[in-house]
Amino acid sequence: MNTASVSLGASVSSQSRFMQLALAALLGTFIIGFVGFSHIDAVHNAGHDNRHSMAFPCH
Amino acid sequence: MNLFRNVVFIAAIAGLVAGVALACMQAYATVPLILKAEVYEQAEGGHKHEHAAAPADAASGNAMSSAAPAASNTMSTATPAPTEAPAEDEGWAPADGFERFAFNVVSNVVTGIGFALILVAVSEFAGGIGNWRQGVFWGLAGFAVFTLAPGLGLPPELPAMPAADLTQRQIWWVATVVATASGLGLIAFRKSLPLAILGVALIVAPHIVGAPQPDSFETPIPEGLHHQFVVAVTVTNLVFWLVLGAVVGVVRGRFTGSATGLRDSFA
Repeated sequence: MNTASVSLGASVSSQSRFMQLALAALLGTFIIGFVGFSHIDAVHNAGHDNRHSMAFPCH
Repeated sequence: MNLFRNVVFIAAIAGLVAGVALACMQAYATVPLILKAEVYEQAEGGHKHEHAAAPADAASGNAMSSAAPAASNTMSTATPAPTEAPAEDEGWAPADGFERFAFNVVSNVVTGIGFALILVAVSEFAGGIGNWRQGVFWGLAGFAVFTLAPGLGLPPELPAMPAADLTQRQIWWVATVVATASGLGLIAFRKSLPLAILGVALIVAPHIVGAPQPDSFETPIPEGLHHQFVVAVTVTNLVFWLVLGAVVGVVRGRFTGSATGLRDSFA
């Protein structure tokens, strides 16, 4: 799928490549979950305008 | 963890740029509408999930404030007179003004980095975003997956708008995002008609199931104000995603020192 010269981690094996990319996607999912979906009041209030403006389910 | 580090670095820069851009757009386009809606919300008596406090709030309002809910079902977007509603007991919240704006910037940047991590990681599986133009296309896909598809069933809400159970909506939102992303992926990266049809089915399915809807659609928010808000949210998110994708393409291009063609990326 990729030629080594244009991929980001040119030297890593395909299994390690998969793991690292999956880890990055998981981290992103975790961040979105915390900012946009957390039921903690303080987190909700801090990101209130953002949650509404990103159309995350809110309130 | 060389690859992981690079992905995080690119996502951090793209999330920072796109998040700050989004916060600035929101300051003009969406936050003023939220503030208007909060005036209606307070005139009605606090947040929807604080119903116990409603009678007390209504009683403390003056004659002018009680006029606001009465006029609320008209199409007018006129702002009702501000009311002095008692402080809501909802825990800590940033003070209005600069503090609130600053927290909005921070949460936009964090959200931007989160979306950028997902965007970069997923696009690397497909060959990576080679330049800003490919980034724009990936941004369009992100917009379709994270804003357009969930927004069809669950339109952006203003405060004081009725909504179904929060957890149910969150589940539908996540399921719709996953189904739409999988569907788009099948259409874009699998050269097979049956899989493309399956992709379309995946994109359509969440809307056949339908988003959780509230028991009643009664709201003090004028329809005109809500419509303005839906447009503002959709357009600002579109620009956010285009900027996010384009910046990823530019920064990644610097990393690899070369750009792949769109054809190679879609291969």
